[in-house]
Amino acid sequence: MIKMLSGDEAVARGAWEAGVVVASAYPGTPSTEILEDLVHYPNVYTEWAPNEKVAVDVAIGAAYAGKRGLAAMKHVGLNVAADSFMYASMTGMEAGLVIVTADDPAMHSSQNEQDNRTFAKFGRVPCLEPSDSQEAKDLTIAAFGLSERFDTPVLLRLTTRICHSTSAVELGERVEPASSEPKPFPRNPSKYVMVPGNAVKRHPVIEQRMRDVAAFAETFPYNHVEMDDTSLGIITCGVAYQYAKEVFPHASILHLGMTWPIPDQMIRKFAASVKRLIVIEELDPFLEEAIRLMGIEVEGKSIFPLMGELDPRVVREAAIQAGLLPANQHVALPEVEVGPLPARPPVLCPGCPHRGVFYVLNKLKVPVNGDIGCYTLGLIPPLSAIHSCGCMGASIAVAHGAAKAGSPEHHVAVIGDSTFFHTGIPALINTVYNQSPVITIIMDNRVTGMTGHQQNPGTGFTLQGKPTTVIELEPLVRSLGIRHVKTVPAYNVEEIESTLKEYIKQDEPAVLITLEPCVLLPEVRKRWVPLEVLSDQCNGCALCFRIGCPAILKSDELDARLQRPKALIDATLCTGCEVCAQLCPRDAITFRPVEMEEV
Amino acid sequence: MRDSINFLLAGVGGQGTILASDVLVNVGLAAGLQAKQAEVHGMSQRGGSVTSYVRWGRTVHSPLVGAGEVDVFLAFEKAEALRNLCQLRMGALALVNLAAIEPVTVTSGGQSYPDDATLHQKIAEVTAQVVYVDGEAIAQSLGNIRAANVVLLGALSALMEREGLSGDELSADTWLKVIIGRVPPKYAELNRQAFEQGRQAVEREV
Ligand code: SF4
Ligand code: SF4
Ligand code: SF4
Repeated sequence: MIKMLSGDEAVARGAWEAGVVVASAYPGTPSTEILEDLVHYPNVYTEWAPNEKVAVDVAIGAAYAGKRGLAAMKHVGLNVAADSFMYASMTGMEAGLVIVTADDPAMHSSQNEQDNRTFAKFGRVPCLEPSDSQEAKDLTIAAFGLSERFDTPVLLRLTTRICHSTSAVELGERVEPASSEPKPFPRNPSKYVMVPGNAVKRHPVIEQRMRDVAAFAETFPYNHVEMDDTSLGIITCGVAYQYAKEVFPHASILHLGMTWPIPDQMIRKFAASVKRLIVIEELDPFLEEAIRLMGIEVEGKSIFPLMGELDPRVVREAAIQAGLLPANQHVALPEVEVGPLPARPPVLCPGCPHRGVFYVLNKLKVPVNGDIGCYTLGLIPPLSAIHSCGCMGASIAVAHGAAKAGSPEHHVAVIGDSTFFHTGIPALINTVYNQSPVITIIMDNRVTGMTGHQQNPGTGFTLQGKPTTVIELEPLVRSLGIRHVKTVPAYNVEEIESTLKEYIKQDEPAVLITLEPCVLLPEVRKRWVPLEVLSDQCNGCALCFRIGCPAILKSDELDARLQRPKALIDATLCTGCEVCAQLCPRDAITFRPVEMEEV
Repeated sequence: MRDSINFLLAGVGGQGTILASDVLVNVGLAAGLQAKQAEVHGMSQRGGSVTSYVRWGRTVHSPLVGAGEVDVFLAFEKAEALRNLCQLRMGALALVNLAAIEPVTVTSGGQSYPDDATLHQKIAEVTAQVVYVDGEAIAQSLGNIRAANVVLLGALSALMEREGLSGDELSADTWLKVIIGRVPPKYAELNRQAFEQGRQAVEREV
């Protein structure tokens, strides 16, 4: 049967067909949908882990125990999991282990565009790269086979365009693992305990393994040549293969489904059979440099961009520039000057529980160290309340470091609930242990918001939606020895402000937990009650515009005296969070009717 | 039908752009063509720009469409229509929803929202084949403003038929079947009506 699947869904399908038994992940765009889809298949245990390192360790545990394991993450997640990735390469395992990295060329939703193929080379791990959804499924299955055959983890590298593009996939059936009985855990310390004495003996084994995989790569069916006109030969991989086919319909192509290690003989033979050899690959000159090291003359990044995503136009224009295509293949853009358009940056949703906190932080003019999640959007005007943001879990330690460096102001770190569980906890422990007066605001919206509402250790539900233990933030924080801890409803602007003002006077670590579920959660949506502006009371003072709620518009009606536009609330967008109503100095915005609150 | 058709759908998060492109890619498949889809959405759940490419053809390689190569444009919002105009092939077929969603940069940042005269004039500079539909108003008349995206799909199906872009393989029924398969059963009737109303909105135009 043929079905349209995204690359992420195809990886889930492939893992299921390959008989995967355990899969763990931390949500991260563009990889999130792999586990969200896999959870619907039978006979697979799936979970959200608090971070990517935990996810990889879980998959390794399964693979040590003789069952196929998979861990999925976005590219920067592999940085968090790097330690585990490296030891798994050293030990190998008893059953297939696949680690999926979803790279993000063009940084659609990421802080950098690192090319994780380098991790494969660095860790002596084979890397497979699909070029569409069908290959995403096929290569996931192949990755498990490869992993078992060569006793190695396999890195499956996807990119945003593979993850989030949809194409047809031929579905197959699941091949159950040979025995469904749990195997006894291996008693093989010389292989699985990496003390120096054992590790020294393993190193030559993994170096030999990579030579063996390289030899196998020569016959790996997903490395294949499409010979045509020999004046131009293209070596390519991933989605770049599709652009190559589109832009050079008659060139000869060597398409590599395995991008590390690469098939030496195959490349030499292909290079010898064409007049001019180029590499088309997204981001780093990874294949290009490896091929050049083989002593083969090849062009790549001298023609195609090193940064950002490729697309057919980028490839075609670069090729015209380099004389690979005639100039008449240039596709003209419509000559239209549309003039200035209002920017539409991503913003906190109408009614977002984070809005009030940022309004207060902006008002207090304190330095704010931010973290990764919906609340990163607190940086956007008019809230403009975030001054640093590097990676998941960085906020608290950055604030601590600045405080220790003598930064003269009182630092505030903001972090979400899920991110706090991810890597915030050790950083918070550090502020108590090494004593800095950092104020940590844990913005608890009871869900992992930005990636699309995944469960986490604080929500009380597993990936399957089964009830589970809730890790309560306040007692957890108190147990670390922090004396100033307070939970405040996130929509209570006044109380947030007074608490922060009080904390600022103190000289020790303090934690404010702002609590309110994300307004897009289905159970919260049911309680939406749009508010109204009483236009005869509003004088257009514009205070409510300063919270950046998309539901608050400028009305056409002007205040008679001051000639300023009055406020207007879009009833289809407003959720009735009341943040604007609390701020209006003229009580011109209605509150929710009291009866509604009690429903 | 032509060898391949490149679609671009552009709108604002929360408008149902992604559902519409899901339908479109499956309609292509149902017509026995190769089809691919690629989407970009912003960082927050609602309110950011959303674009999605869909391609149909006898063979389709790239899921992305290069600038200047869009054959059929479906804009869910007026400012997004203008923002993506330079992606179009000259003379492309355009269906523009008359919704205006003012971003925060307009309400609090002092930037201005384009007026309708600019919209019509700029689009006319790129293509004469353009139809404007008020999807929200039609959906509202059916009692659910959220069906606006299906109204637009109905309009698109009629428009493509009229321009000879959909070929014999593609009846309105094929579209409808895919749509009904994608929505919860209790909304099936609403969506059927929304699709029908969208078709009629275009048929009235001729
Ligand atoms: S109550 Fe005010 S701040 Fe809250 S969603 Fe409605 S308009 Fe926006
Ligand atoms: S998804 Fe939820 S937490 Fe994220 S911006 Fe929207 S309302 Fe806020
Ligand atoms: S804060 Fe109150 S008075 Fe001022 S513009 Fe908003 S609604 Fe009008």
